[in-house]
Amino acid sequence: MDFSLSADHRMAQKMVRDFAQKEVAPVIKEFDRKQEPIPWVYRRMGELGLLGICLPEKYGGQGMDYISLGLACEELEAVDTHLRVAMSVHTGLCALTLLQWGSEEQKQRLLVPLARGEKIGCGAFTEPGMGSDVAAMQTSAKREGDSYLLNGEKMWISLAANADFALVTARSDSKAAKPAEALSSFLVDLSSPGVTRGALHGKLGVRAGVTGWLKFDNVRVPLENRIGAEGEGFKITMSGFDHGRYTVASGATGIIRACRDASVAYAQNREAFGKPIAEYQLIQQKIAQMAQDYEIARLLYLRVGWMKNEGLRPTLETSYAKKFASEASFHAASEAIQIHGAYGYSNEYDVERHLRNARGAMIYEGSSEIQTLIQAGYALGQRQNKALRCELPPYQG
Amino acid sequence: MKIITCIKQVPDSEAKVTAQNGQPSWGEAPLVINPFDEYAVEAALLQREAQDGEVIALCIGPDSAKDALKHALAMGADSAILVSDPALGALDSQGAARVLAAAIQKIGGADLAIFGRQTLDEGTGLTVSQTARALGWPLLSFAGSIKAEGGKITVERVIEEGKQTVSAAAPAVLSVVQSIGEPRYPSFMGIRKASKAVIPVWTLADLDIAAPAPVVTRAELLNPPVRDQACEMLTGETPEAIAETLVEKILAEKVL
Repeated sequence: MDFSLSADHRMAQKMVRDFAQKEVAPVIKEFDRKQEPIPWVYRRMGELGLLGICLPEKYGGQGMDYISLGLACEELEAVDTHLRVAMSVHTGLCALTLLQWGSEEQKQRLLVPLARGEKIGCGAFTEPGMGSDVAAMQTSAKREGDSYLLNGEKMWISLAANADFALVTARSDSKAAKPAEALSSFLVDLSSPGVTRGALHGKLGVRAGVTGWLKFDNVRVPLENRIGAEGEGFKITMSGFDHGRYTVASGATGIIRACRDASVAYAQNREAFGKPIAEYQLIQQKIAQMAQDYEIARLLYLRVGWMKNEGLRPTLETSYAKKFASEASFHAASEAIQIHGAYGYSNEYDVERHLRNARGAMIYEGSSEIQTLIQAGYALGQRQNKALRCELPPYQG
Repeated sequence: MKIITCIKQVPDSEAKVTAQNGQPSWGEAPLVINPFDEYAVEAALLQREAQDGEVIALCIGPDSAKDALKHALAMGADSAILVSDPALGALDSQGAARVLAAAIQKIGGADLAIFGRQTLDEGTGLTVSQTARALGWPLLSFAGSIKAEGGKITVERVIEEGKQTVSAAAPAVLSVVQSIGEPRYPSFMGIRKASKAVIPVWTLADLDIAAPAPVVTRAELLNPPVRDQACEMLTGETPEAIAETLVEKILAEKVL
């Protein structure tokens, strides 16, 4: 067993760190405060190859492995969550799901522009009336000849305002015996007639990121944009979550690290009662907890990256990583604020933004409660990994 | 155009460097490409883009210095060469210049040899001029921009007094400053290429030279003295009262 990162990993990590620290860190407070996206940021991520980091070169990607995707997410979210969210929805939910379930023709036609960062993708599953209960979604896709007519509304969709394509799950068969078999997946061109969209404001965190809604009013989706077979939508959506949750887990690990580093720096400089507060055991306890949680979160996500590289299904392991890292990041941010005192409570320091950003990850891409049910299901033998018709291809090198 | 960019591996700029038993120590801090040399690689790549040709990264150091060369490859250099020999333990800048000059000659010369303005560790900024002298090539230092045309190299030097345009016939040795342009990040494709690259290692025997004896040796290396200082905030009812307390303190401490 080898726990060391390869030279590729270390170079990729440094490259992403340099980008996030040099280009985004100096401006993030301003855009977070204004609740506006940084206008150039997604284009720049595309130019640098980040959006296609772990997609195969033959589909226009950069050809790095899945561990590199996790390392990149850690570096991005250590600066701000909205950067990692772009990786989650574009690379994780949309592109990797297309890599797993798309036909060769679809990969050439649809995946290549996503992998090159020329087009932006997102994942549209949640609706105003459903989140965790995926099989209860109402958006419908009615087959009409060589196309489907899409009707319905999706909500809390990251990058809804920016994306060119959305991977949409919709109800294609209202009479299916099992609710899960009623769903199908489509890659929808968001410039199609009948698509309207808007932004949602007032979020607690991720304020430099755009979250919105999509409305489909008799949107005609060609048959060749249906991903997988009719009725495979539930499985495809769950595969998408495996990929998205991996990015959430690795990103949240970056928040823990950022909070640990900020706390260490502050505690070594701030004095109380005649000595730096880092010398007090109550402060040390908080920092030690962050340091420990960072290592645990990191090992958990790196294992998922390794499993993806090997072609193993990491649904349970991703669930552990996602739940642990998202909850530990919120705790780390809260404790970092405590260490920073009143300064931590103000937006002069980054830790208050980390706290607001961290909170969402306990809800989106499978809430902590859903993760607990997944873990219990595996532990009790009620769930097993069943072979899928299409698996994510292992890393080919 | 053939361009050799000479780089060095140094401790990360955030490393806390201390003296341990007369030797510098940077603890567990990682070793990176000298940040000033990233500008040299950028300058070389810009010239290649403008003129076509090849960029060769050259470095003296232990085997671990291959990581610095891989960084240059990941940025876009075409090939890399490491000069490594156990006899090169105590190199000063003049010794390094001799070794680099011998390596540049073994490569078969070049149109340009580009250096960063200095290194982050030793910081003498001398190796570039000493290499120019060892090669017998003109030196164009502190270049903020480079133009190569018909065998003539023209640079705009960025110096304290202002800007100065100078030119020389190629081959020439250059040092570059930050206004050459922000170094590009390594690309993921470049990273993959670099990690697979087999970097040739040349010994002194390959260069057909003996280890240059240091001309300058470090006599002693000490940590800076620990400052014994304390800050005391004086309070009082009125500014006059505070001033009076301050005067008493100054007299008591025998500052005046």
